[in-house]
Amino acid sequence: MNKGTKLAMGIAAMSLLLVGCGKATSSTSSSKSSSNEALSGKVTAVGSTALQPLAAKAGSQFTAKNSKVNLTVQGGGSGTGLSQVQSGAVSLGDSDIFAEEKAGIKASELTDHKVAVVGMGPVVNKDAGVKNLKMSQLKGIFTGKITNWKMVGGKDQKIVIINRAQGSGTRATFENAVLKGASAVKSQEQDSNGAVQKIVATTPGAVSYLAFSYFTNKLQALSVDNVTPTDNNVETNKWKIWSYEHMYTKGKPDKATAAFLSYMTSKDVQNSLVKDMGYISIHDMKVSKDAKGTITQN
Amino acid sequence: MNAKQKDFLATITINVIVAAVVGILFFLLAYILISGLPHVSWSFLTGTTDSFSGAGGIGVQLFNSFYLLVLTMLISIPISLGAGIYLAEYAKDNWRTHLIRSAIEVLSSLPSVVVGLFGFLLFVVKFKIGFSVISGAIALTFFNLPLLTRNIEESLSAVPRNQREAGLSLGMSKWKTEIGIILPVALPGIVTGVVLSAGRVFGEAAALIYTAGQSAPVTNFADWNPMDAASPLNPLRPAETLAVHIWKVNTEGLANNAAQLSAAASAVLIIAVLLFNLGARVLGNYLYRRVTASK
Amino acid sequence: MEQTNSDLKPNDARTDDWTARLHRATRATREDWLGRGISYLCIGVIILVVASMLWFITSKGIATFTQNHVNLWKFISGTNWSPNQGQIGALPMIVGSFAVTFAAAIVATPFAVGTAIFMTEIAPNKGRKFLQPVIELLVGIPSVVYGFIGLAVVVPFMRHLVGGSGFGIISATFVLFVMVLPTITTMTVDSLRAVPRFYKEASLALGATRWQTVSRVILRAATPGILTAIIFGMARAFGEALAVQMVIGNAAIMPKNLISPAATLTSQLTTGIGDTIDGTLPSNALWSLALILLLMSLFFNALVRLIAKRGQLSHER
Repeated sequence: MNKGTKLAMGIAAMSLLLVGCGKATSSTSSSKSSSNEALSGKVTAVGSTALQPLAAKAGSQFTAKNSKVNLTVQGGGSGTGLSQVQSGAVSLGDSDIFAEEKAGIKASELTDHKVAVVGMGPVVNKDAGVKNLKMSQLKGIFTGKITNWKMVGGKDQKIVIINRAQGSGTRATFENAVLKGASAVKSQEQDSNGAVQKIVATTPGAVSYLAFSYFTNKLQALSVDNVTPTDNNVETNKWKIWSYEHMYTKGKPDKATAAFLSYMTSKDVQNSLVKDMGYISIHDMKVSKDAKGTITQN
Repeated sequence: MNAKQKDFLATITINVIVAAVVGILFFLLAYILISGLPHVSWSFLTGTTDSFSGAGGIGVQLFNSFYLLVLTMLISIPISLGAGIYLAEYAKDNWRTHLIRSAIEVLSSLPSVVVGLFGFLLFVVKFKIGFSVISGAIALTFFNLPLLTRNIEESLSAVPRNQREAGLSLGMSKWKTEIGIILPVALPGIVTGVVLSAGRVFGEAAALIYTAGQSAPVTNFADWNPMDAASPLNPLRPAETLAVHIWKVNTEGLANNAAQLSAAASAVLIIAVLLFNLGARVLGNYLYRRVTASK
Repeated sequence: MEQTNSDLKPNDARTDDWTARLHRATRATREDWLGRGISYLCIGVIILVVASMLWFITSKGIATFTQNHVNLWKFISGTNWSPNQGQIGALPMIVGSFAVTFAAAIVATPFAVGTAIFMTEIAPNKGRKFLQPVIELLVGIPSVVYGFIGLAVVVPFMRHLVGGSGFGIISATFVLFVMVLPTITTMTVDSLRAVPRFYKEASLALGATRWQTVSRVILRAATPGILTAIIFGMARAFGEALAVQMVIGNAAIMPKNLISPAATLTSQLTTGIGDTIDGTLPSNALWSLALILLLMSLFFNALVRLIAKRGQLSHER
């Protein structure tokens, strides 16, 4: 029976061919990036899932104008972004937190490019009966000292804390602003905005925190110390829970990457896309924050 | 209670169990289809995804899923066929064979997320292939291999011994006996196994998030040259599959109709798997008739 | 081809042509060498893949103990999991993983075996035409879909039924039960069908009822196969990440009961890996969890091998 052998050999040959094709394309794309004509090259941005939607949208607009640039945006988490850009595997590392805050990252090797600001706020299930909390009460809830909503003026309903994954940028931002060094009580952990959104919306007594863009009418977003979670309050730092979205490069970015970065921070993108998608423009910020959390007026 | 009564009781119990299982299965299918199908339309099936909200069609993802499946099968079927033949025919009953079998079982019980991370560190980072169809296909091959190998070995071993002896007594080599006589007889079983594993490959998300990637760049479906960057056949482009898309829409989707989108995508996925199963079944029967020349 | 070869070699004429021909490998032998070569190569590829993965996970997993000098015993018996503060006690996840896996297997096995008996012995036609395609279809449902159905249906159901938040081992068990059911069922069907027909015929000819035949002959003969099916189901349950993560609550605390939130090794691994930096303690600690997963599946494999051997001995098959 030769049919079977032929078939097997054909399949093997085809897979070899495919691998061969793969090599061929990779070499052409790398040779392209060194040419000086129209802007071309390969840009890969990996990391923060909070920044991913914005980066992806801006990326597709950017490639519409520069069709020779091959731009991909991936999630994976801030830690992945930082370690990948540090190892040189990707051109841009997206992160919700400063590289200095992450142990194991040599921040001095990386260049920070702040591309947006994200406000985050506590959300609760609508049945909790709470609309405003003091910062100390919020801290009490997440450190496990307050366990029932009636202790803070809500219904007699056990508090179910939904935390974010340890080490996630969102959690780091929240803990820096709210817990200030105290450690959170052990509780449920979820690693994505979408999951938190769903769980808080459906679980009685649930509390968690989300980026502003994930607030929906199925959730109750809380005011803290009677400050409402709005963009304007973030811009003046009246609302304390916010962070930059960073794109890190290692050393000097190549031409395509640099062009994309300047496109991201251009007035065009910052005033339209960034706002449309629920982020806050870096140009609107009236304060700035450094890696240690110190606030300075602009 | 006598044997007859016991038999009756057992039959009743088994029927109840089957009714329960069928009930659960149909609830699941009905839940997915009823919540998803109303949102499926032609433009949803062929449209492109809005990378910001995750809203829009799933055309590219659907293509990616099939392409990845085909690539994975092209790599894994020859390897597992060879390995299955080795285990069924050449392997002696000794410690080395036991070790090999254990190794295959260990590979099959590895969580797909671990396989995905392994693929990520090896292909994407170390070999610098990047998030690509080929990285994803190799990662899928890793966890497809043990399933297929096992299935092929079992199908081959299930073929009656006298068929094998008949081949050998005609002076045919072991290899030729296996390829020419045993394999065609075992083919329907092998095809079923391939279908089963294809279903798992089609629905796999965890192993692909970090290998094939989570973005589906718009591809030019008029360009079928695998060397071009925009061609859908280019094995080096990142390729978000349908299952990864469902995961992404569910976890990070900003579209206000994210729930409907994922339900619709799930329904499409189920239907695709269904069509695939039916097609493979027909193909399996056809092959069986052709190769064994039976009516 | 060998005909032309021998014709091309006039030197052979000096020696006895027949001796040479007899000593030369025949076409069948060479074919067999080729076949052997191909199949050895394929198995070699698989072995290489397994070996490199084992090496990869082991070398990453033991870094916690060799580089970060974490005490192994503290890792296994500790109950505080806060890798960022240097506390890595993995016991809550170990307990969680074992609990959901065994619970799911215990619930799923009777259902799967019952269904398999129905499909092979009671109504083979319905089984083949109708049940099998549906069950195979279910294998193709992505785990993330199971997870969200679990979140939308099972968690609220459990909340109403037993109270609490609804997240916990019992919800995870239920979701996993449905997920491993197709796996165990199909493999059990395969092993029941592999039982030689004359076993059944002999038993029925002796006047045994169908149930007696099934329970004393067919199930006995298929026991190693069924056990393998269960182990495979357990392996799937053990390695399942996305679906479990959605419904178990994902809290790295010792599970007090079946309805309090818990965590499994895989859920902790998927949740955390994106936020860690390669080479640091939190990352190494997660790889140690992966190593535990690996060791546990090795243990399961050894177990099933032992049981299969026993089954063979008592049956002398």
